[in-house]
Amino acid sequence: MAVSILKERWTSKLYETTIGTGDKAVKFGGDSTLPYLQFEGEIPNRPAVALEITDVEPTDWPDFLKAHWEGVLADPVAWAKQAAEYGADLIALRLDSAHPDKGNASAEDVAKTAKAVADATDLPLIVIGCGVEEKDGAIFPAVGEALAGKNALIGCATQENYNSIVAAAMVNGHNVIASSPLDINLCKQLNILMTEMNLPAERIVIDPLIGALGYGIEYAYSIMERSRLGALTGDKMLAMPVVCFVGQEAWKAKEAKDVESPEGQTWGEQGTRAILWEVMTSTTLLQAGGSLFVMRHPESLKKFKAHVEEISKSNA
Amino acid sequence: MGFEVIGERINGLFKDIRQAVAERDPKPIQEWALKQKEGGAHWLDINTGPIASQEEQAEIMEWLVKTAQEVVDLPVAIDSTSVLAIEAGLKAAKGKAMINSTTAEQAKMDALFPLAAKYNAAIIALAMNEKGVPKNSEQRIALAMELVANADGHGVPMEDLYIDPLILPVNVAQDHVPEVLETLRQVKMLANPAPRTTIGLSNVSQKSPDRPLINRTFLAMAMSAGLDSAIMDANDDPLMETAATGAILLNQSIYCDSYVKVFRQR
Repeated sequence: MAVSILKERWTSKLYETTIGTGDKAVKFGGDSTLPYLQFEGEIPNRPAVALEITDVEPTDWPDFLKAHWEGVLADPVAWAKQAAEYGADLIALRLDSAHPDKGNASAEDVAKTAKAVADATDLPLIVIGCGVEEKDGAIFPAVGEALAGKNALIGCATQENYNSIVAAAMVNGHNVIASSPLDINLCKQLNILMTEMNLPAERIVIDPLIGALGYGIEYAYSIMERSRLGALTGDKMLAMPVVCFVGQEAWKAKEAKDVESPEGQTWGEQGTRAILWEVMTSTTLLQAGGSLFVMRHPESLKKFKAHVEEISKSNA
Repeated sequence: MGFEVIGERINGLFKDIRQAVAERDPKPIQEWALKQKEGGAHWLDINTGPIASQEEQAEIMEWLVKTAQEVVDLPVAIDSTSVLAIEAGLKAAKGKAMINSTTAEQAKMDALFPLAAKYNAAIIALAMNEKGVPKNSEQRIALAMELVANADGHGVPMEDLYIDPLILPVNVAQDHVPEVLETLRQVKMLANPAPRTTIGLSNVSQKSPDRPLINRTFLAMAMSAGLDSAIMDANDDPLMETAATGAILLNQSIYCDSYVKVFRQR
């Protein structure tokens, strides 16, 4: 007698989100099963990978990482073009200059930069604020307008500033990253609040705030897993795809940065381990249900995509 | 899947529905369809009320189903004792439908489980047979087991089988309430995956003075014992809030501050 494989019967699926326009538009989400269980459901899209650039030369990136972007670090337009050449699916522009401690650039200034980057590339754009909630709430009306019609992904919206960011997205046709720090209840609540402003659910991307390998990745993993299970069993307010800001976390890890300490000397060549740290963090969160990955090193992107290629082979 | 509310209001036993059926007036039907959806119903029960001729009942069922689903996208539970009317409702229904109901009488099971399988419909199965409603949980469980075995034999998956342990009014059959709660607990152990459960909730409070209080107290107790759905008043706000809160406290749905609203919009 043939053995029949016991399959879960899921009743629902993730929203499918599209960023950008034209040929280079990127689609992710839409999964109707747990990650890569192709025999149980549909996984219509591959995860998308963005390379991260900043609008001012980063001060806290390790030299090894900066060396790879030499010559473009102070020029976001050139940097974006370079990232496109490296095979990024999207460009993630971080508007660090708006930070009160990093120049406190005005909304108009950062909007100009965002527009210049958007005009220089046909890749879809993710635009991230400086991380100060009040300031981000103040810059996105101008940034959203400057990018009108580009169907960009903007954020991160929090419980404090989602009003102005969602409004900017709705008026100018963008999508919004909803950020909740490792709190699934707040995540769901924020999605409700944003959809109550009439932002369609498929234009929201969840940022659960991930941790790097060795730095709390298991908390992000369990939250992502739980929200995916909720989504598949019909919880529409947890059914948005998830973005993982891997680069910003992985490159903070001691294992990725350390070149001097006696301990670090025993860990092998820094470049290799730093890239592996970024890739391992990504592949782990891919297994937890991430759909969009923001990375910093082009070599990490290459290795991660090779992994995706393998894991996407159907086991149905 | 979380707790499901089956709205009870489109039933010919209610005077306004009976009159609408007699006059083929779609307005009250559609008003109640919309109102129950707004209240948070996940299914609409559709019952023609007592109609002498089976053919006429089938024709009215078809009309009711189509009339209700013209204005809402909710699935329907076809509530009738006539197989003819049930099949007419199944044919007319959009999306997944539910049969309400079979008993553990062999002839009924042999007629209705194949129908559920054919239309990929869910089915409510009452823990009673030709001898009537059992007195205790042991007898209810024995009938539930027969329902599970027959459903399985006809290819109806456990996720589509809704066992109803049958609640009687507390003012005349008080001793049945703990038996029903015990039955709910045990039904969940009859198969893996377990069958689902449902109940005609309002029956518990027939002819009692404060019906809403009894309904919502019993609902909370029954949910805790394993109740997955109920045929109930989707427009009784405190009752719906109790169901939403029960689903949160039983960890069936992930908590958020607006959980009551989410329960209703699901």
